[in-house]
Amino acid sequence: MAFLETVDLWQRRDGRDLLKNINIRVERNEVFALIGPTGAGKTTLLRLIDLIDTPASGKIFFHGVDTAISDSARLEMRRRMAFVLQKPVVFNMSVFDNIACGLRWRGTGHRQIKEKVNGILETVGLAEYRNRNARTLSGGEMQRVAIARAIATEPEVLLLDEPTANLDPISSSKIEELIRQIIMRNSMTAIMATHDMAQGQRLADRISVLVNGEIVQTGGSREVFTSPRNRAVAEFVGMENLLDGVVISNEGNMLTIGVNGTIVEAVAEYAAGTAVSVGIRPEDVTLSLSKISSSARNSLTGEISLVVTAGPLSRVEIDCGFRLVALVTKRSTEEMGLEKGKRVYASFKATSIHVIKQ
Amino acid sequence: MDEFLQGFIKAFELIVTLDPEVMEITGRTLAIAVSSCLVATVICLPLGSLIQFKQFPGKRILINLIQTFYSIPTVVVGLLVFILFSRTGPFGIFNLMFTPTIMVIGQAILISPIVLGLTISALNSVDRTITDTARSLGASGWQTAWVITREARFAVTAAIILGFGRAISEVGLALMVGGNIRGFTRVITTAISLETSKGDVELSIALGVILFFIALVVNVILNGLQQRK
Repeated sequence: MAFLETVDLWQRRDGRDLLKNINIRVERNEVFALIGPTGAGKTTLLRLIDLIDTPASGKIFFHGVDTAISDSARLEMRRRMAFVLQKPVVFNMSVFDNIACGLRWRGTGHRQIKEKVNGILETVGLAEYRNRNARTLSGGEMQRVAIARAIATEPEVLLLDEPTANLDPISSSKIEELIRQIIMRNSMTAIMATHDMAQGQRLADRISVLVNGEIVQTGGSREVFTSPRNRAVAEFVGMENLLDGVVISNEGNMLTIGVNGTIVEAVAEYAAGTAVSVGIRPEDVTLSLSKISSSARNSLTGEISLVVTAGPLSRVEIDCGFRLVALVTKRSTEEMGLEKGKRVYASFKATSIHVIKQ
Repeated sequence: MDEFLQGFIKAFELIVTLDPEVMEITGRTLAIAVSSCLVATVICLPLGSLIQFKQFPGKRILINLIQTFYSIPTVVVGLLVFILFSRTGPFGIFNLMFTPTIMVIGQAILISPIVLGLTISALNSVDRTITDTARSLGASGWQTAWVITREARFAVTAAIILGFGRAISEVGLALMVGGNIRGFTRVITTAISLETSKGDVELSIALGVILFFIALVVNVILNGLQQRK
């Protein structure tokens, strides 16, 4: 029996399918991330799980119990969860009263509330703001209040909807650290939605990738990153070079793939004639000014069409029959004199290529 | 012109010497207006939440209807109350005609559309995420309604104060169902209406000044609230 499970969950609004056939299982003490682009249905799914909305069809089981029993049972179950919304939302009252809300609604005693809220204020570093109106705080501080308010009730499941999406980078990393601490310390079950793949990897044990209301891949966070199952996931996890081609031959799983008239060698298990997409991470592409002999099976030549430097890294686009993006250090770019129009050799290993069946 | 000046001087005297009749009328006026306002608030706040938070067919039409009643003439409400509570009416057995009680009932009916309608729009203006947050924190239906009302407290207070203003300043209803009985149902507006027709301008002016003063206080409070928001 899973701790929390959704079975064939659908959600519709205005004749449009927002969620299609969602099946996820979350175990106790697991941190589960829902990853996908904006508008994929992450918030919609979290709202269903928190029992705020009711699904068009399908079921949600909490502790193996069907949540669609009665309104009072749903309220009781909702009281065992907590939900931090994407936009920092605080009530127009003091920080203390904000955090005390959930406890008051559950009928917790006055003294106990005081003790607990004061403890949590210390945890989230807002003790000095205790009596301030929460509306006067900054975005990051408000999100702290929202998180404190959510954990005050000691929920069995913490739901987080892009908790750092609306914050500046510094507040964002502080909030992420706070969330990590809270989850670790209380070995909490958490389901978080994020469009930030890296954040998902940092926080979650398992990841589901949600695209257009459908779960396209579920797996360990590393697995999803290294072996995306289809084009949509590959694009999402940062495989910038995605090239369509056809397998020309397969000799002991050493594939020769034709991409726009260029031959690419890769390791995979597809038969000749299969239409595939070839995924190459920009950081796996090595650039050189002359043809070098190395163990890398693929070496292509082309003209640089664009160089963009940001921080210590440069993004170099090469036109070699198709567009290939390489990520190199700024220092290399300067030393090699990489610039638009220059001819370079791009090489990458057959094993660093991810082949996806179309 | 001289008459007016005399009137103002006399009126000022009546107020500063705390003339018993002026004080008595003012006290009753306030008591009736505050009572009717309380009755309307106690009914309209929960009813407003109910209309705002429940989905039902004809909701839009109902809200439009409530808004139409903002400008119902006071004498029409007076007529309605008269029909209902006169000796031969359905509530005639309570024998309430020409008492302060019936004035409270009448004024409560008169101002309820304003308090109700403005409460609904006040609640409606509270961000949807507040509702979601409250529910996600485990608030029941009524607890959610309470937190929303609390968020909209300034706008809701403004609705109540506007209702109070309409109650205290109306004359048609008070005259029709109260009867302007001296020492029993006479209020500022009915007194002004009667005294002026009798030619006793001083008392009218004194009461008018007091009514104006009450309106001023209400306005200052209202402005203060809106600036806080």
